[in-house]
Amino acid sequence: MSSHSTTYVPKNAAAKWLESRLPIIGLVHSSFVAFPVPRNLTYFWTFGAILMVMLVIQLVTGIVLAMHYTPHADHAFTSVEHIMRNVEYGWLLRYMHANGASFFFIAVYIHIFRGLFYGSYKAPREVLWILGVIILLLMMATAFMGYVLPWGQMSFWGATVITNLFSVIPLVGDTIVSFLWGGYSVGNPTLNRFFSLHYLLPFMILGVAMLHVWALHVPGNNNPTGVPIKSGKDAVPFHPYMTVKDTFSIVCFLAVYAWFVFYLPNYLGHADNYVPANPSATPAHIVPEWYFLPFYAILRAVPDALLGVILMFASIAVLAFLPWLDTSRVRSGSYRPVFKVLFWGFVVTCLMLGWLGSRPAEGIYVILSQIFTFLYFAYFLIAMPLLGLLEKPLPLPNSITEAVLGKKAASGSGMPVGAAAEPQSKG
Amino acid sequence: MKKTLIIAGAVAASLVASATFPFGSAQAAGAGVTPPKQEWSFAGPFGTYDRAQLQRGFLVFKTVCASCHGLEKVAFRNLAEPGGPEYSEAQVEAFAAEFIVDGGFDEFGDPRTRPATPADFWPSPFANPQQAASANGGKAPPDLSVMAKARTYERGFPWWITDVFTQYNENGVDYVAAFLKGYVDPPEDFDPALGNYNLYYPGHVVAMPNVLFDGGIEYPRDDQDRPVVPETVEQYAKDVTAFLMWTAEPHLESRKAMGLQVMVFLLVFAGLLYFTKKRIWARVGGETEGHAAG
Repeated sequence: MSSHSTTYVPKNAAAKWLESRLPIIGLVHSSFVAFPVPRNLTYFWTFGAILMVMLVIQLVTGIVLAMHYTPHADHAFTSVEHIMRNVEYGWLLRYMHANGASFFFIAVYIHIFRGLFYGSYKAPREVLWILGVIILLLMMATAFMGYVLPWGQMSFWGATVITNLFSVIPLVGDTIVSFLWGGYSVGNPTLNRFFSLHYLLPFMILGVAMLHVWALHVPGNNNPTGVPIKSGKDAVPFHPYMTVKDTFSIVCFLAVYAWFVFYLPNYLGHADNYVPANPSATPAHIVPEWYFLPFYAILRAVPDALLGVILMFASIAVLAFLPWLDTSRVRSGSYRPVFKVLFWGFVVTCLMLGWLGSRPAEGIYVILSQIFTFLYFAYFLIAMPLLGLLEKPLPLPNSITEAVLGKKAASGSGMPVGAAAEPQSKG
Repeated sequence: MKKTLIIAGAVAASLVASATFPFGSAQAAGAGVTPPKQEWSFAGPFGTYDRAQLQRGFLVFKTVCASCHGLEKVAFRNLAEPGGPEYSEAQVEAFAAEFIVDGGFDEFGDPRTRPATPADFWPSPFANPQQAASANGGKAPPDLSVMAKARTYERGFPWWITDVFTQYNENGVDYVAAFLKGYVDPPEDFDPALGNYNLYYPGHVVAMPNVLFDGGIEYPRDDQDRPVVPETVEQYAKDVTAFLMWTAEPHLESRKAMGLQVMVFLLVFAGLLYFTKKRIWARVGGETEGHAAG
């Protein structure tokens, strides 16, 4: 961001004084006002802004909830009920926070699949993509630890199952697990450290998200054609064009979110988590939150525990290597006829894994989990490297403007004045 | 593009079709029986509690359930608060005064007791979980404060999708009401030594015995001295379940009322933003999303 030369001109003495010492207004101006964005971005490109809003909602509601919550095995469940009953609008804070986690994941999954389809991970956006994978990992850790805090049955047994995964690591596994637990089983020390980390990690997400935005602003946005901005005609300034579009999209997203918060607040949760944690009674089915189900299915697909854990972590790690696994030089899936089919097959694979994660690990479900786990990895490790070599892509447009307006318009006649060149006084 | 969608759709459809089959059989193998859906006054976007029903439900709780089950998250004062049974302050004070609770220590350091006040929480029927278990055949009766949200039954495909649109949220209360009526005659091969038979309880064997009997609890009378609602197991079960929904979700009414305001605001705001956006983008010849190819 700082490498950008800014077009911002301080208008008064105070701003001039600050700008010559810390050019922060210029930074914001060049990043969120004058920043040129491709004019053909669809609504799939508004999920970055939606995610920023969700992160802020989670931070604000979370910080206030922490003021009323007691991280102790004997009091956590009761303190959550205290929030629900006796804290002013406590029910609103808690339902916003609990459903906010789910909607954070809904938005991030759409954001990721958009990146997968339009090749947003390809050069020169590899670092941007990898930062995104790191954010996803941090989100998963945060969400998992947050779900433990109410100290219900699913909190307790989910924590037991997931922390036990580390015991399969040869030699040091058991030591790591007791270190995570702070004892010899999930208990009060576990709850305490999870609370501490659940408060810390969101700020790490915020930090990496800022790097993510920085890394975005160097090459600029990808777009549905995958063809970079070539002239001012291809772009519009971020403000007001994207600000108004993002805001509209955010409000629509919040309406769906509000539908759940106010009318279906427990739909995405588990009834078992309204039963206080009981180390001597195991729930009939221990199921993670819906956003972990595909990974849970991969974990349980193979009979060997160590291999299952390796596959589960590999299923996320493989994303980080995608920029080099995909050998196609064409960025956008729109111009890759075979890729398109495989992409939708991959979406179905993820949905099927999600469904299988909610089923007990027995009979036909295990076999199906194995098939879809294979298809999941095959997409990254077989299809992506081979497809780039075998597939014949469709011809690419010469520019974004040509793609959206046709060849005639791009040649100049009858085209409205290039938006990026439009004077700011109009906005 | 169209072709791709058709292929993707066909793949998805065949996968879903092949996958729903085992799904159905897994459900049938489940031990519980799907509870019948009931009409609840608090269901849906405009749902509110029926005060008279909550008061009858409280009566059932107090007369029957409270002898074994706690309600530790509920304070007496809650019974007078808006959005609940809305008893008068005097009635609540009278309910509280029936209980003698721990009153701290006197000036000599000896423990003392006092009558409960509206600020106190509902006292548990047992001094501790061990006592509760030993008095009940080895299994402590669970606290009922959030029971209506702590139980559910599996909805299955496609209902888990349609529920999002219909706002069906009453899995817990449908189960609890069915459970309370579920003490039917057991099958011939049922071994009574295992416990009690309940049609809706997963596994059918439950420690809790049947507690509701027709005419067992006297309901308020109208001016012709007839009960306002039938004094039947069906009605008792429904009323006490509605009461337990309130104890689990005491702010349900204000939540749904605020939900309406928020939804109206967001939809109007979204509409205004949509036209603002259209107007702004008109400066560059309107929105030209996407791509011509594909």
